[in-house]
Amino acid sequence: MAVSELARASVAPAASAAYPLIRCRAIVKIYPLSGVEVHALRGIDLDIGKQEMIAIMGPSGSGKSTLMNIIGCMDKQTSGDYFLDGVDVSTQFESELADTRNRKLGFVFQRYNLLARATALYNVELPLFYAGMSGAKTGEVALAALDRVGLKDFAEHWPNQMSGGQQQRVAIARAIVKQPLVVMADEPTGALDTASSKDVMQIFQKMHREQGVTVVVITHEPFVADFCQRKVVMRDGKIISDDRTPDWHDM
Amino acid sequence: MSVKFSVLNDFAVRALNANKMRSFLTMLGIIIGVGAVVLMMAIGQGEQNQISANLAKLGTNLLLVSPGAAGQYGVRTTTTNTLTLGDATAAATLANVAEVAPTERASGLVTYADQTDTTTVTGTTPAIADISSLTIAQGRFFDADDQQNIAPMAVLGQTPYQTLYPGGGNPVGTQIRIGSVSFTVIGLLNTIGAGVGGSNQDDIIYIPITTAMIRIQGDTKQTINTMEVQVASKDDMSSVQNALDALLRQRHGLKTSQKDDFQITNMAQIQATASSIIGILTIFLASVAGISLVVGGIGIMNIMLVSVTERTREIGVRMALGASRRDILLQFLLEAIILSMLGALAGIVLGVGSAELTSLLAKMEMPISVWSIVISVLFSAGVGVIFGYLPARKAASLNPSEALGYE
Repeated sequence: MAVSELARASVAPAASAAYPLIRCRAIVKIYPLSGVEVHALRGIDLDIGKQEMIAIMGPSGSGKSTLMNIIGCMDKQTSGDYFLDGVDVSTQFESELADTRNRKLGFVFQRYNLLARATALYNVELPLFYAGMSGAKTGEVALAALDRVGLKDFAEHWPNQMSGGQQQRVAIARAIVKQPLVVMADEPTGALDTASSKDVMQIFQKMHREQGVTVVVITHEPFVADFCQRKVVMRDGKIISDDRTPDWHDM
Repeated sequence: MSVKFSVLNDFAVRALNANKMRSFLTMLGIIIGVGAVVLMMAIGQGEQNQISANLAKLGTNLLLVSPGAAGQYGVRTTTTNTLTLGDATAAATLANVAEVAPTERASGLVTYADQTDTTTVTGTTPAIADISSLTIAQGRFFDADDQQNIAPMAVLGQTPYQTLYPGGGNPVGTQIRIGSVSFTVIGLLNTIGAGVGGSNQDDIIYIPITTAMIRIQGDTKQTINTMEVQVASKDDMSSVQNALDALLRQRHGLKTSQKDDFQITNMAQIQATASSIIGILTIFLASVAGISLVVGGIGIMNIMLVSVTERTREIGVRMALGASRRDILLQFLLEAIILSMLGALAGIVLGVGSAELTSLLAKMEMPISVWSIVISVLFSAGVGVIFGYLPARKAASLNPSEALGYE
């Protein structure tokens, strides 16, 4: 199927959405690097609906991280439109974007990016703090999130007292603690062994299933992409394929 | 949707705790600066108090008249002495004058039994006892009758007493020789103490001025060394000074165009001048100390800038979690302010401690100026805000995706 047909297909009413949660049209990103212009994205059209679990794949330099930064409101596109939850992100002020990142988005990174000198609980509380919460409430909510990733007993542990897989699970708890619409994971299994990778991907599936959260995973590993129901492949700043697994189910 | 202040505070404190040694070294500039300001101002205040106390001993309501015109810098340029005993008697009649004591000073060899001493012998009137707040240990001071009778009577100060009477005992009634003249000791003074500039005020022998002039000096002109005029109250100082000036000019037959052939020194003015000089010096010293506060601030800014660079990725993550630019700015600004305020606190403790130590060593009271503490705290807070702002703004203006990708 041609890419444009794929795009139309995903716009058609799926399980829930009247409009796609994430809607990208002709996204172009050019940035200067040592005096040379780098065309990271050369016109991306992509729609992602509610409760999708999608993998974005491609070799390094394909622009997948750049695309995720733009979708994650961490960077602005050079041209093109990006609508998140019906809102044109490019019209928002920085403070509104911060609010969006806090409430609607959750991030998981390859290197976990936890605060090293704080407990797992404190790390999970951070998004709550930035939402203006404080006191006993944050502890309760954070603990519940840790419980959902099976790490309730590690609440008082520091990251250096946990394995890579456990740290990533804390990061996932942090990403979902505010029950966002979308969780974005940039190579979440990149630093993990196969067993831990499997654990982490199964947790993503669990979140996707139980909380109805949309999960976008950037990966170059086919094994990880197999956990997702839709695979978008990028190369040289363009999407070259977009496939859905027809009878996809949790693994 | 603002982060609560207590949370921001917690962020800042955790960050500073992460590297305690670095935080402490960064604070050091502020600590030393504030400590120095507090110490300098305490020393200055102590000096000023000391001067006031010393001059109070002299009597601040004192006008000192000395012969000879004032030169350009207040130094006597003529040697002709036109100040007389008669001037002193006349001055005593002026309004608001409490006492007048003319003095005629001579230094000479004093002998008692087989002891000798070289001391200052001052001929004066009984008024000196009031003016210089002298108290008698033994015997009495000479009075107006003794003055009239040109009596060969002497009142000893503690220093010549101790030299001439090494065995102690009551010197009253004994005979001493001043130069070649025999005197009867009629009194012994109590200890007076050190004077301005550390002079020994106890090294003195008082005799009636008439005796000094006639029996010792054979001075028929009756010129005197100085005239000490005690004014009734501080408020009358200027008016009495002017009246005295007019009186003396008239008595000396000076024409309007001629300068005074005497000098009137207003002790109260001297004290005020000395006080203000010390005051200026203190401010100067405190300012120099204040400069080190600025240097401390630069130190804070320097370290904060390094810190921001080191924590670029952390800042990116916080932004991904929902931190607004304002949240980031406030956090880093708070870190700088906490550094400077904690430094100020430690500096105050250091300053107070060293002031106490100095006062112990110098045997002088060093009162801690509350002003110095208030100024230091305000200044340090300002330093924290000013020098913390640039790094904080740098942190807040990072591009989230670039910060995240920073290695």
